[in-house]
Amino acid sequence: MRYIPNTDADCRQMLDAIGVRSVADLFADIPAAVRLKRPLRIPPALSEADLAKAMGSLAAKNADVGRYSSFLGAGSYNHFSPAIIGHLISRGEFLTAYTPYQPEISQGTLQAMYEYQTLICQLTGMEVGNASMYEGASATAEAILMAHRVTGRNEVVVARSVHPEYRQVTHTYSQQINLSFQEVPFTPVGTADLKKAKGLLNDKTACLVVQNPNFFGVVEDLTEMAAAAHGVGALLVVAVPEPVSLGILKPPGECGADIVAGEGQALGVPMSYGGPYLGFFATQEKYIRQMPGRLVGATEDREGRTGYVLTLATREQHIRREKATSNICTSEALIALIATIYMQTLGKNGLREVALQNLRKASYAKEKLARVKGCGLRFSAPTFNEFVVQVKKRPADVLKGLLKKQIIGGLELGRFYPELKDCLLVCVTEQNSREEIDALAKAMGGGR
Amino acid sequence: MSGPTVGTRGLVLNEPLIFEQGSPGRVGYSLPASDVPEKKADKLIPPKLLRDDIPGFPEVSEVDVIRHFTRMSQWNYGIDLGFYPLGSCTMKYNPRLNEDMARLPGFARAHPYQPEEVSQGALQLLWELEQYLAEICGMDRVSLQPSAGAHGELLGIMLIRAYHTSKGNPRKKILIPDSAHGTNPASSAICGYQVIPVKSGSRGVVEPQAVAEVMDEEVAGIMVTNPNTLGIFEDHIVEIAKIVHGKGGQVYCDGANLNAFVGIARPGDMGIDVIQLNVHKTFSTPHGGGGPGAGPVAMKRHLAPFMPVPTVEKKGNKFAHNYNIPKSVGKVRSFYGSFGVLLRAYTYIRSLGPAGLRRAAEVSVINANYILSQLKGAYHLPYDRYCKHECVFDDAIQVHDNVKTLDIAKRLMDYGFHPPTIYFPLIVHGALMIEPTETESKETLDQFIAAMRAIAREAKENGDLVRGAPHYPRVSRMDETKAARQPNLRWRPK
Repeated sequence: MRYIPNTDADCRQMLDAIGVRSVADLFADIPAAVRLKRPLRIPPALSEADLAKAMGSLAAKNADVGRYSSFLGAGSYNHFSPAIIGHLISRGEFLTAYTPYQPEISQGTLQAMYEYQTLICQLTGMEVGNASMYEGASATAEAILMAHRVTGRNEVVVARSVHPEYRQVTHTYSQQINLSFQEVPFTPVGTADLKKAKGLLNDKTACLVVQNPNFFGVVEDLTEMAAAAHGVGALLVVAVPEPVSLGILKPPGECGADIVAGEGQALGVPMSYGGPYLGFFATQEKYIRQMPGRLVGATEDREGRTGYVLTLATREQHIRREKATSNICTSEALIALIATIYMQTLGKNGLREVALQNLRKASYAKEKLARVKGCGLRFSAPTFNEFVVQVKKRPADVLKGLLKKQIIGGLELGRFYPELKDCLLVCVTEQNSREEIDALAKAMGGGR
Repeated sequence: MSGPTVGTRGLVLNEPLIFEQGSPGRVGYSLPASDVPEKKADKLIPPKLLRDDIPGFPEVSEVDVIRHFTRMSQWNYGIDLGFYPLGSCTMKYNPRLNEDMARLPGFARAHPYQPEEVSQGALQLLWELEQYLAEICGMDRVSLQPSAGAHGELLGIMLIRAYHTSKGNPRKKILIPDSAHGTNPASSAICGYQVIPVKSGSRGVVEPQAVAEVMDEEVAGIMVTNPNTLGIFEDHIVEIAKIVHGKGGQVYCDGANLNAFVGIARPGDMGIDVIQLNVHKTFSTPHGGGGPGAGPVAMKRHLAPFMPVPTVEKKGNKFAHNYNIPKSVGKVRSFYGSFGVLLRAYTYIRSLGPAGLRRAAEVSVINANYILSQLKGAYHLPYDRYCKHECVFDDAIQVHDNVKTLDIAKRLMDYGFHPPTIYFPLIVHGALMIEPTETESKETLDQFIAAMRAIAREAKENGDLVRGAPHYPRVSRMDETKAARQPNLRWRPK
């Protein structure tokens, strides 16, 4: 076995040194009645070459955005990722290290995390960010639990235009401690209904949760949402599943958001059929001690040299146990490293440029599809890189027809919104060429 | 430094924060020219919703970024560099084939919502992985959704709560041995349960009597780590399960230490109802500096009606997501789980097969007992008996010379090793928790043993050397008090 260096002879020597006759003696404490008396029923070992072949044929059964032109977004985005990312994260010093419990020999990971925290703050306009969480939906759930701790209140008001899976996850988390949920509908133009939200907010509300851009791609006016929430003493939680948008959109921190929780996948992370992804989480300084997740801080060593450590651990489970702010232990360090390298490589100008290209290409696609017979735009509010198309034919049939032409045409909204069962959510990124968009429009019109 | 060491000094380079580098207009990217009309953003979105700058964001070249991270990487210790015996973290070698497989376009560039008919490879992999993990655990179903071990624990407790709720009463309490990892009580608390600690007995395991004394019909279940955090197999597990089941409770096993008995025994055969697996430990997926992990939850049939959606089902030759689970607890994350991590675990299992997995468990236990036998005497062993995959010493001998566990850990760095887990489990004062894993050779273990013995001698003869450690790394001990009292969590312009 190529991953296990010790031979039978090595093991024999070690067993002699231990003073036992056989390895079975070391397992004598497992009750005989529950020992497994047969080999595990799993497939026999494969050689490296055979396994690579088997995996290759599994992979070939999946569509990938290199072979198909894809217009799917909805929380997972097809963005360009610079080549250096794969090379840097493959360095064993990053890949095969663990949580930096020993700062003297973990400064690489720690400085990278400190830079990540800074970049997230700059991107979101918030004061402090943690070193990452699992992914966007559970980060949003943690934001709600935090709002409940900060305010001591038990009611949550969530916009229906928040990603349906995020709402489902926040609900799963919150029902454990019996938080109650109210839903803010969306307006005919596609924004969260501020008037209705105001009607639901009261002095029992812990937080108002909105998403920007919302699930329909619509850009929300967060400033008005923040004012409404703060008016009743509640926090504004903003979910951001598409952070590339922050290359051009006003950051939530400047709009009065108290907690920003989002999905970092768009920042250079492969779509990988849904994970591993990256939850980012940022808030205002006054709430630091209520914040979940790992934090890295700057300090100095005995000689006065600057360095970094995990800090404020008294919030965390290994110290506080059942009184911790969260049960979270690991973060998503390597995925956060991807996002860090992505943000640095694209930088100030690159992220803006990518965001602009997304906006322009989606706008082009919107105009194009609006003119296709049997298609129309469902909402009229401004959008970023996603928008909702209403179709005359059954959406499932439309998608089936597109798939035959190697086009993955978008998401059927009926699966989450019965009231939008004649609609598709279409996403266009910098990866979709004008040619692809034209082909989509042509195919949607029934052309060839 | 002479003697038993692989550590030495070498040239490493300083590297400032990225925010202190670069110059306006410098770029590290290249994007295709726009092929659609270049409309101004404020023609498409109202100006009040836009920003025109990201203050502080870097402006650097590709070369700058490469050097930045390459230099920083050299300040890190990883398994690829050497021995990393961090107890309970199972820092085994991470096979590179698995990395390559995760990067195949059909996996890395597949969208989670793409149609099932063009996702059959991914679905098949998830379905088969569930079968393998269920067989390894002796369980009926496995949810692949949780993103980490603690996330799996959380789901496990949610399942227990849903099960009891379906019987009319969610119950109020969870029993947790005092040797448990901090995530156990924290996960229980998030689910609204009160935590009742159970004291370990003098043999280092939970005694059935201690469980019977606190077990009643308000107890939803017990969380047992097996082997426990002392590296000792909970040999009364079958009896404990009977006591808990007798009052209608559920038995949760924290499977963080499963590596010790894969293929030798199965949790499901011991009366355990639900267990999480840390695939980044047992199944060798890289720890990545602290994630991403994955924490699948395996369970008995009676908990399956509450599984999160979706599961993957096989119908004929086709695989499909199933969202139709009426009593489901819901979802604990978006999409289906950390697919890319699960894929590496799948590849690992298929590389080893049944014999290889069992061999891995055996050698991990031989390696741990070898270290135990060779360090006994030089260090105090609070529970003197054979261990499973890890052994726990303490600093009871060295404190007489005013050398503590932290000093020993720091001194190990100078010898070229990552320190063990320290000060955990909490029930051992000054614990040094050593987990070698099966991917280390006898020669590596001998070097480590020699270094530990040398440090024990230094503690007697030259305590200052140990207390001043580490001497070789780029920085010395950090002022953690300052970090916590004056939090500096981000760069700001001066």
